Amino acid sequence: MLEVANLEVVYNEVILVLRGLSIEVPEGNIVALLGSNGAGKTTTSRAITGLLDNHEGKVTKGSITWNGKDITHTKPSQIVQSGIAQVMEGRRCFGELTVDENLATGAFTNKAGQKKQYERVMELFPRLQERRKQLAGYMSGGEQQMLAIGRALMAEPKLLILDEPSLGLAPLLVQQVRDVIKELNADGMSILLIEQNAMMALSIADYGYIMENGKVVMDGDGKKLLGDDDVKEFYLGLHQGDDEDSGRKSFKDVKHYKRRKKWAS
Amino acid sequence: MIIFWQTLAKAIALGSIYAIMGLSFVIIFKGTQVLNFAAGALSMAGALFMSILVVDRGFPFLPFTNPLAPADGETAGLALWIVHLVIVLMIAALMGLVIERVAIRPMVGQPLFAMAVITLGLEIAIRPFNLDATAISGRSIGVPWGTETWEIGGAIFPKSYLAAVVAAAIAFVAVFFFYRSRFGVAMRAVAFDQEAAMAQGINVGRVFAIAWALGAALAVLGAIFFAMSPWPPAGTVSLEIHPIWVFRVLPVIILGGLDSVAGAVAGGLIIAIFEIFAGQYLSQWTSILGPGYSTIVPYLVMLVVLLVRPYGLFGTEEIRRV
Repeated sequence: MLEVANLEVVYNEVILVLRGLSIEVPEGNIVALLGSNGAGKTTTSRAITGLLDNHEGKVTKGSITWNGKDITHTKPSQIVQSGIAQVMEGRRCFGELTVDENLATGAFTNKAGQKKQYERVMELFPRLQERRKQLAGYMSGGEQQMLAIGRALMAEPKLLILDEPSLGLAPLLVQQVRDVIKELNADGMSILLIEQNAMMALSIADYGYIMENGKVVMDGDGKKLLGDDDVKEFYLGLHQGDDEDSGRKSFKDVKHYKRRKKWAS
Repeated sequence: MIIFWQTLAKAIALGSIYAIMGLSFVIIFKGTQVLNFAAGALSMAGALFMSILVVDRGFPFLPFTNPLAPADGETAGLALWIVHLVIVLMIAALMGLVIERVAIRPMVGQPLFAMAVITLGLEIAIRPFNLDATAISGRSIGVPWGTETWEIGGAIFPKSYLAAVVAAAIAFVAVFFFYRSRFGVAMRAVAFDQEAAMAQGINVGRVFAIAWALGAALAVLGAIFFAMSPWPPAGTVSLEIHPIWVFRVLPVIILGGLDSVAGAVAGGLIIAIFEIFAGQYLSQWTSILGPGYSTIVPYLVMLVVLLVRPYGLFGTEEIRRV
């Protein structure tokens, strides 16, 4: 189980991006983390996987615990080794490497299970099988997304963090990504799904968090959030009532949702 | 015709040495995006270690004699010399590791230009050692075949030529297979996208260290083979190695493409062929071309190639999906 408690992240020592974020990913669950641009979703994934250093970011408060162990200031390679892999935003495939080599980099910390995972990835994405020797940079966006997910799976993670896997994909491919996530989860993998596509994310999530300005403003069961009127209004674009002059509201204005979890600790 | 074959052999041998040196640049550049301007001083220091171990039989400033060294007044046999070569290459790799740890690692994340200047500083810091060691006279590296030659159909081929070609072939094959190994793939991944590589659990620091260790070992290998008999000045480790790096090897890898292993080899051969053949066959025009004209020929070649292929002969084209 992954627990993020009261996380505060500062970039360049001045820009406060996460202001006391608390989320939980119980074992075997799909948890969706939603929010608009700039809410701090990607920062959250960076913080969990130890990549903040690359962006001059620092965790100034709070903690990240993975299966009872504090991993707040652990090196990325050790985090991957402990069973957390991520699919980065924008896919980030190694364009000058072949598909096979891309997958090999994913297994850097998992030499023993490389072969087994390779077969698993090929089974999940038969398309990659055809393109094994091709340079990743020349593949289509959808194929690259499959490769990025496959690469993360090579590490045999117990928790997979997906940052915007549906970004820039055609609806049919989004569907496919969704199915893969469900399949992986059925095998017992925990999933933290960071998305802007709230509909897709909530339709498969066991639990969802909605972020705004670096903190959770709302959380609940996936189904419940999907049916929530405010979520509908803000994330699915379904306005109700007279929206002529009201314009877009912030969640902050909806008083009863404004809360912070575990602020006291 | 004899002259042609002799010239060709000389060009290929020199090209092999350039190729080894080019590989050293390429490994470090590909792994860390840094051009190693310290290669000159570093490689010469390594070659001096070879001299110290094989000829002096121990370090003058340490109470240490080399137990493996040949007896007084004798030169090492081929097997023993190769053993020493391997030892020296290990020392070189260690130097690379130390340099990476002390000077490069703290600079990770800083502008690449700053790192390049750091390597330039290292070059200057190591040079006094080289100057001291060669102050009195050039140093031999105790090559077993010395200045021996083969004579085939009237043409004379120094044995060092073959040695250089063999060394380059071994270096090329080693690097080729290294790039397909686990760490080699990791190194290319780091070169392409450092953060994404970190996200896969690749330890970037270790990749940098390996790149520097390999790069330093290859640099020293190149310098040792340049210190053999036909090359200036007559088979000793000398300060002439410094300009070679900047004025020859840099064109070689720019010609071949900064990040290409095949490019380093091809570039080395092309530069050497033009340099040696121009020196041999245009010598009657010296009064018009001026002395030392052959040293600029490689630059002309480089210029023409870069006009046609700006990323070098084998350099990675930026991948763009259309």
